[in-house]
Amino acid sequence: MPPSLNPYQKAKIRVTAKRSQVQQFFYAAGDLVAFAGRFFKEVVKPPYEWREIFYQCYLVGYKSTFLIGLTGFIMGAVLTIQTRPSMAQFGAISLIPGMISVSVVREIGPVITAIICCGKVGSRMGAELGSMKVTEQIDAMEVSAINPFRYLVVTRTLATILMVPLLTIFSDIIALFGGYLAMNIHDTMTLRHFFVAGLEHLEFIDIFPAIIKTFFFGFVVGLIGCYKGYNARRGTESVGIAANSAVVASSLAVFVIDMLAAQITDLFI
Amino acid sequence: MSEKFNDTEPQASPEDIHEEGTAQRGIHQAEENSSDTYHPVDDDDDNPSEVPATEEERVAHNESQEPVIVIRGLKKAFKDHEVLRGVDVEVKKGENLVVLGKSGSGKSVLIKCLVGLECPDEGEITVLGQDVSTLKYDELNALRVRTGFLFQNAALYDSMTVRENLAFPLRKHKKTMTAEKKEAAIMEMLENVGLEDSIDQMPSKLSGGQSKRIGLARTLILRPEIMLYDEPTTGLDTGTSKEISELMVRMKQKYNISSITITHDMPCARLTADRIIMMKEGVVVAEGTYEELEKSEDEWVKSFFH
Repeated sequence: MPPSLNPYQKAKIRVTAKRSQVQQFFYAAGDLVAFAGRFFKEVVKPPYEWREIFYQCYLVGYKSTFLIGLTGFIMGAVLTIQTRPSMAQFGAISLIPGMISVSVVREIGPVITAIICCGKVGSRMGAELGSMKVTEQIDAMEVSAINPFRYLVVTRTLATILMVPLLTIFSDIIALFGGYLAMNIHDTMTLRHFFVAGLEHLEFIDIFPAIIKTFFFGFVVGLIGCYKGYNARRGTESVGIAANSAVVASSLAVFVIDMLAAQITDLFI
Repeated sequence: MSEKFNDTEPQASPEDIHEEGTAQRGIHQAEENSSDTYHPVDDDDDNPSEVPATEEERVAHNESQEPVIVIRGLKKAFKDHEVLRGVDVEVKKGENLVVLGKSGSGKSVLIKCLVGLECPDEGEITVLGQDVSTLKYDELNALRVRTGFLFQNAALYDSMTVRENLAFPLRKHKKTMTAEKKEAAIMEMLENVGLEDSIDQMPSKLSGGQSKRIGLARTLILRPEIMLYDEPTTGLDTGTSKEISELMVRMKQKYNISSITITHDMPCARLTADRIIMMKEGVVVAEGTYEELEKSEDEWVKSFFH
């Protein structure tokens, strides 16, 4: 029988455990910053792995278009259907295209696209690199004098940096189209009229920060996905953990960046 | 054979590296020097005068050679657990040193230290005349090109076909080599391991023995001077283990490769070893040929052989 603990000892154990969790969080954050630092160091060094970069762009971009398009369509349609009754009460139905376009372009399009990429791309990268780590493929590259960081991490992160903004633009356009179709369930509006009415409410300050932040979204999706996979421990269980934690951590990072972007944009309005 | 090997290999010697200033330039120079002269070895008898004819001659030949690997006082610990506690090992040119020992005795860590996958806490490791612990990343990579490592599970890149697996190191290290020469080198290596028909297969379609052979072919395609085998026959049936062991011997004789083999498989050790060291709790406790150790009176040593 283990000796029973007094309340002070129990409290001490709880505090130590909490402290350990906090320490681990900061260790992980520091490690991720070092990982990002290595990315910036390696990304400027030639030779570039063009073949792998294009292949990853294909996987991240082309392979995600259906999912992103469908999500965008539903997003635009639902937004229109949900807001129409309220707008109708104020006789402001003609403002729906403008409202939809500003919401989609400024906020919903970039964030939803990034979150979808966290789930689809980040988890894939976490699982793929985690599996490569577990089966010693990364070590095999290392001992073959092939820099695995440059071949695996730099190429994938560059692909997400390049593709997430493009996917966001694609998603925005499809969302507006979804909004147009939803608008025509109860009302009649031509496609041209919907897009003209929508776009005339958009200003530079709506579009520019929204596009810029998607590069950062792409960066964290790729980097965190690769980080989790690259640092997976030995054992098959760690592959699942890497994929899962890649989604959780990159989704959280997307929201944090979105909040910072909103604050920074607010300074210029 | 060794001269021929040197003529065709991407070697960035310490002198080259000093002259060029960096090891990376050493690699590039080696690529330029080697890529045009790289050609498949068609026959064992290309240069028969350099291959010792009998086993005795080969052993005598090896004994006269300078060591290609020298390890002195190697120590390595993971947190509080000391895995290596002062290991001294030498491997001569053309020799295969087999390392025996129970799981957790530090055998795999030992060879991982040789290629910089693990950093030793103390001790010296000299591979092909270069002190591994003092090398920069680019210099270490130049050394890694000259050192092959066969992993326990072969570690084939599972997103690539067999052809791409073999072409990958060539693409990285033989950039000026023509596509025809690369294809010839790939075919030669696949013929060596008897798997020409598997060239377009994915690794997931290969059996354990086939994966090991392809892994060996991928490692040998850069014509390393040293091979490190991490349990090459683990998980294979007796017949396949024997085939892999015989293949290791053939490749060693064909390319005059020095090697260290980590194994628990005694038939493999008997077939491949020129010399055996036995490790227990991070130190070398016995050394000798297979026949010498087989006759040992030490109970722990005997437990491996009987």
